[in-house]
Amino acid sequence: MNEIKPDSVLDLKGVACPSNFVRAKLRLEDMQKDEILEIIIDDGEPIKNVPRSIKEEGHQILKAEKVDNYWKLVIKKQ
Amino acid sequence: MSEYTLGELKSGGLMKQKEKDLFSLRLRIVGGFVNACQLVKLSEIADKYGKGHIHLTTRQGVEIPNINIKDVENIKKELGEAGLQMGACGQRVRTVTACQGKECSHGLIDCFSLAEEIDREYFGIGGHPHKFKIGITGCPNGCIKPQENDLGIMGKLRKKFIKENCNFCGLCASVCPVGAIEVNKKPDDIVFNEGKCIGCGDCVHSCPTNAWQKRQEGYSVFVGGKMGKFPKLGIKAFDFIETKKKVLEIIKNTLEFYKKFGEKGERFGDTLDRVGVEKYKKAVI
Repeated sequence: MNEIKPDSVLDLKGVACPSNFVRAKLRLEDMQKDEILEIIIDDGEPIKNVPRSIKEEGHQILKAEKVDNYWKLVIKKQ
Repeated sequence: MSEYTLGELKSGGLMKQKEKDLFSLRLRIVGGFVNACQLVKLSEIADKYGKGHIHLTTRQGVEIPNINIKDVENIKKELGEAGLQMGACGQRVRTVTACQGKECSHGLIDCFSLAEEIDREYFGIGGHPHKFKIGITGCPNGCIKPQENDLGIMGKLRKKFIKENCNFCGLCASVCPVGAIEVNKKPDDIVFNEGKCIGCGDCVHSCPTNAWQKRQEGYSVFVGGKMGKFPKLGIKAFDFIETKKKVLEIIKNTLEFYKKFGEKGERFGDTLDRVGVEKYKKAVI
């Protein structure tokens, strides 16, 4: 998959659950449909919880990529 | 139902306190579910007949302490108007506990409707060697602690892998709590060790590209758990029961088995130790 240019980026490294998800959700609420949000979350609990919650909210995760000790998620707002 | 009578319910629900004539009144609660208006009624009763407080039990029960025996008939009537009933004590099938099931983001089965069905059929039924507790939990997180029950039910998921959808990001391997999935980048490939999988569905719920999908939901059945003076965890008797109908059949046969082979005063786990789990398994399925 080619690099997708995000409309918004949110660095949530070091932010615990569920604050990381809530902050991503609030950011997504301010965005338009089909816009792209890139978030960065920690490995461990955040990666176990945040992607499923994003999916449950109906958004599409275009890409998940592990970089060192954190994950980059590319989310398309629905 | 035929060999049991509802009359047996009568003697359930009142627990003697130390104080003369005072009882703690136990409610019949299913799966921890109480309507808000029923809670208001319970609050009124606690104020009017008790001492203004309510005790919440470890198994999702509600008890109103400090009830005078002479008020019980009136309370029963008031409870009935709110669609509530008194509970069960003694050697009976007790409150069926349940988690929020599919209302929870982890839940794999509808725990409440199953709890209701079991409660409708067996609640308060006596004639067994001892009490019998049933708990239903929606997923392998096991919040309702199925292994602490005489019979515990746990939701479980079987999944399928759609390779065309997968972009081999490795997220599933990261979320899997037992390391059942390995993702190889060169060449792109997924190795799934089904023997390790505990059926929690975390990979299915997290997969960004829906490469992991639900194939089937089912039920694990644990038996022989108990707490009290001699605690013991239940063992998994059946790993994957495919239908609710079959689960209900297992419960029916388990209670019959317990009646037939259990000795008076013996909890089901001890019966299993004495008679043998294999014999039990053959008898109920």
